[in-house]
Amino acid sequence: MKLVPKIIQIVLLISLLISISCSKENKSEKVIKFWAMGAEAEYVTKLVPEFEKQNPGIKVKVQQVPWTAAQEKLVTAFASDNTPDACQLGNTWVPQFAALNAILPLDVFIKTSNQINKEKYFTGIWETNVLDNKTYGIPWYMDTRLMFYRKDVFEKAGYKNPPQTWVELLDLSKKIKTMYPKEEKYAIYLPTNEWAPFVMFGMEAGSSLLKDEDTRGNFSGREFKEAFKYSIDFHRFNLAPIGISQVTNVYQAFADEYFSIYISGPWNIPEFKKWMTGNLADKWMTAPMPSYSSNYPGVSLAGGSSLVIFKNSKHKKEVWKFFEYLSQAHTQIEFYKLLNNLPSVKEAWDNPIFRDDPYMQAFYTQFTNVRATPKIPEWEQIAFAKVQQYAELAARNSMDIDEALKNLDKDVDRILEKRRWIVEQKKIK
Amino acid sequence: MNYKQSQTAAYFFLAPAMSAIFVFFFIPVIAAFIMSFTDFDIYALGDLGSVRFIWFNNYIKLFDDPLFFTALKNTFYFVLIAAPLSIGVSLGAALLLNSKLVKYKAIFRLSYFIPVVTTLVAVAIVWRFIYHPKFGIINYILSLIGIAPIDWLGDTATAMPAIILMSVWKSFGYNMIIFIAGLQNIPEDLYEAASIEGASGWQKFKSITLPMLAPTTIFISLITMIGYFQFFAEPYIMTQGGPLNSTLSVVQYMYQEGFRWWNMGYSASIAFVFFFIIMIGTLIQLKIQKSTE
Repeated sequence: MKLVPKIIQIVLLISLLISISCSKENKSEKVIKFWAMGAEAEYVTKLVPEFEKQNPGIKVKVQQVPWTAAQEKLVTAFASDNTPDACQLGNTWVPQFAALNAILPLDVFIKTSNQINKEKYFTGIWETNVLDNKTYGIPWYMDTRLMFYRKDVFEKAGYKNPPQTWVELLDLSKKIKTMYPKEEKYAIYLPTNEWAPFVMFGMEAGSSLLKDEDTRGNFSGREFKEAFKYSIDFHRFNLAPIGISQVTNVYQAFADEYFSIYISGPWNIPEFKKWMTGNLADKWMTAPMPSYSSNYPGVSLAGGSSLVIFKNSKHKKEVWKFFEYLSQAHTQIEFYKLLNNLPSVKEAWDNPIFRDDPYMQAFYTQFTNVRATPKIPEWEQIAFAKVQQYAELAARNSMDIDEALKNLDKDVDRILEKRRWIVEQKKIK
Repeated sequence: MNYKQSQTAAYFFLAPAMSAIFVFFFIPVIAAFIMSFTDFDIYALGDLGSVRFIWFNNYIKLFDDPLFFTALKNTFYFVLIAAPLSIGVSLGAALLLNSKLVKYKAIFRLSYFIPVVTTLVAVAIVWRFIYHPKFGIINYILSLIGIAPIDWLGDTATAMPAIILMSVWKSFGYNMIIFIAGLQNIPEDLYEAASIEGASGWQKFKSITLPMLAPTTIFISLITMIGYFQFFAEPYIMTQGGPLNSTLSVVQYMYQEGFRWWNMGYSASIAFVFFFIIMIGTLIQLKIQKSTE
């Protein structure tokens, strides 16, 4: 048998090659593996050379993960022990990865850092990363939702300033609707495949969304019911288009006055600028959310992405240095220029680039009243699968509001069954 | 070499393939089956201690889950329309390409077969443009004869037919090649004899071509049905199951539950229920075909 020695030879050769290629890596040089999503990955690489220049001996390797597959990739990487050193995480995902025990509480680093601390950030945004008094992520960039509106239509309807309360918003919407008695045009766009506005209205009315330590739905509670009725009324009074298929292009529809109010986030500013051209260019503006009571602005969602360190990382200190670099006001403004991502550090907002931008004023105001959605791993499922489902049923009038919310609570309770059990187990211990 | 020895030799040669199947097929299937009796979820990924054995609860929950039945309905809609359509189209194409009247057969065969070898993802993205309500070529052609633009993938009534059309276009070439092979196996003298007896073209097709193609057809319809039952990539890329879950397929629902919400146990139970449904479908089909033979 001549085959066996040959195989042994090949195996030896391969292992030799591997060991050579491994030893090529400089021992003194530390390589951070950093995963970022979509366009962020593309542009953050432009910030890396400066960091590597300032910190000789540390290299940052950025890997791009598409947004749509990010969560699956990260959980799979975790399950197979292949997590990177650090990554960017949508801040609503932080609870999931904390539940997985995959990411590191960063409090030790924050305590000794003179660069990153809570005071430099908007409270609502910072809080999204805090679970059981531990901080799992550092806000990198942020977003929230507020009203994009047609200035000219508002003025025609008799509103020089955007509505500040719910009552005003409803009144304005009715006035806008009467301006088009013959055409099929609406005041506001509240599509039922976007759960955010429904949840925002609920939080503004004072609903906790979930109850009993986030183990049961609280959607049929008085506060949420009132808010839900308010938002569904826009559909029932024909002030908002009911289906979502009529609007194939939100920006075009906005330019055509098909609707005059749309609740959305900063990612849409470049798009609106692109579509609202010519004499429409100065006909739109942004405004903070109206409030339920007198506490203007009304609450909105604390969105954005955080930076997290994985527990398995061997270069935690180096990663932290990289985070500190990304959290400098100067770096964040650079990043904004590249990608339009709003800086999370308050200091950056003093820059004229924000101060002189009329669309940014409303965002700055809105960020003072943003709140996190319930910080549990199941929230995404509740919001995407259930809130949207029942919002659609109610908007189409196939279910009355009481029944829709009762069913919503029932479904949510079912989703949270495991969580209830875990919380009880913890109490027993 | 006696019988026993040759048997061990056979096992020896089978061992590599068998062990691969065992490791990569049977073990995962058994693991998934066990998992379907547990509530394995995202908490379990973090801490295995939180897995509970819940017997048939996943299955009971499944039969009380309207979304599962929506997915099931959509899947049957897809299979029952797309599979016969695809088989019919591929048989038609095969007959045309097998006829003596057609020239440049190789070119046609190639162009019908190209969609099969193209990546489904790429095809689906291109078709998304074809169906685009504003810039799509279908709506452009319709506008020439005065039909208002249709939002093919955005309307609950048209989304599924649109996906069916694309899948049939994508896959009929494969079955066509098999049909052509089947057609070429039919002895020419049968047709000659029929011609001498004065049979018309239709009679020849009905009494010679179809019966002689029966084994091929059985094979094709089984493979097509099983393949179509598992349809996933088309809605995943083109509609994400929407609008209003009108294109949500069972496999996609399983994927969502398992890899989006991490309800692995529940997802596994969907897989097994679906496996039984496909198996029953296959058995029924075999039975029908046996009885017609």
